[in-house]
Amino acid sequence: MNACPVCGGGVNLPINAVLSELLDCGECSSELEVSSLEPVRFVEAPLEAEDWGE
Amino acid sequence: MSSPLRVALLHSVIRREEKLLLDAFERHGGVKVTCLDDRKLDFDPCGAAPPLPYDAVLARSVSFSRGLYARYLFESRGLRCFNESAVAALCGDKLRMSLALLEAGVPHPDLRIAFTADSALEATTAMGYPVVMKPIVGSWGRLIARADDADAAESLLEHKAALGNFQHQIYYLQRYVDKGGRDIRSFVVGGRCIAAIARTSAHWRTNTARGATASNCPVSEELASISLQAARAVGGGMLAIDLFETKDGYLVNEVNDTMEFKNSIETTGVDIPFAMAEHVVEELQKRRAA
Repeated sequence: MNACPVCGGGVNLPINAVLSELLDCGECSSELEVSSLEPVRFVEAPLEAEDWGE
Repeated sequence: MSSPLRVALLHSVIRREEKLLLDAFERHGGVKVTCLDDRKLDFDPCGAAPPLPYDAVLARSVSFSRGLYARYLFESRGLRCFNESAVAALCGDKLRMSLALLEAGVPHPDLRIAFTADSALEATTAMGYPVVMKPIVGSWGRLIARADDADAAESLLEHKAALGNFQHQIYYLQRYVDKGGRDIRSFVVGGRCIAAIARTSAHWRTNTARGATASNCPVSEELASISLQAARAVGGGMLAIDLFETKDGYLVNEVNDTMEFKNSIETTGVDIPFAMAEHVVEELQKRRAA
């Protein structure tokens, strides 16, 4: 279990997680990005920018 | 035995779609996929550079600008990009996309373009209300506004004029199409229309990013035909086509280059990411054999 950088709550890393993957904190619902796998670290996911999309 | 194909998956963040694509390539086999974060790229296009260790780039950046310019750079080094930069450039600019569709004879909602707020107001009045104003570059229904009358149009144009980006002063004005609370999104991969969903919402914007619900839409011959026509108009590849149903037939609203599909796999029963992986592999095998 790893700490959410927003609320400090525990966040589970999926078994097949990859760097830069997005996931949600189960406690505060913040969107997080996997910033490191060894050691496991999360940062808040980047905010939507004007050119984001399909 | 030939060496495995090497595909770079260009991304900003890794969303559900990119995870599904990684899984699809794994299931397909014969491909080594490397994730490339567009936020960490550093190109030197001036000097001689060693060959890049990839056969192709699958562009999945959520950032349109980074995804487009990175493709220009990768293509300058001889790599095949999926989709090609020319396709992304057309699909990422609503005016250029509309022109490509119109030139190819693809049915498209009525459109006016103006370059000042005053001429835009004249254009909307001439066109008749409601009118939908769209940013030239943008997605997910962001900053799209409907003006039901001249007063609303005037206010919206005043707001657009105050926005900083010069692109907001290219006024893309589309006649509002009464689509009966839903639109259709079809998925084209290579030369096939592989699936489609209907997106339903009580709101006039039917983007799933804005809460529209998706249901399966059987791919009729007519839907497949117009979807493929639209895909060809922008250069082809792996594309999501947004269509309106009208009493006179389909209108193609938009063609999307970096298509999102996570909510459409179970809905349609079609393994969209596997079809994409298969397409990339087939194209690279053709290139290798040539």
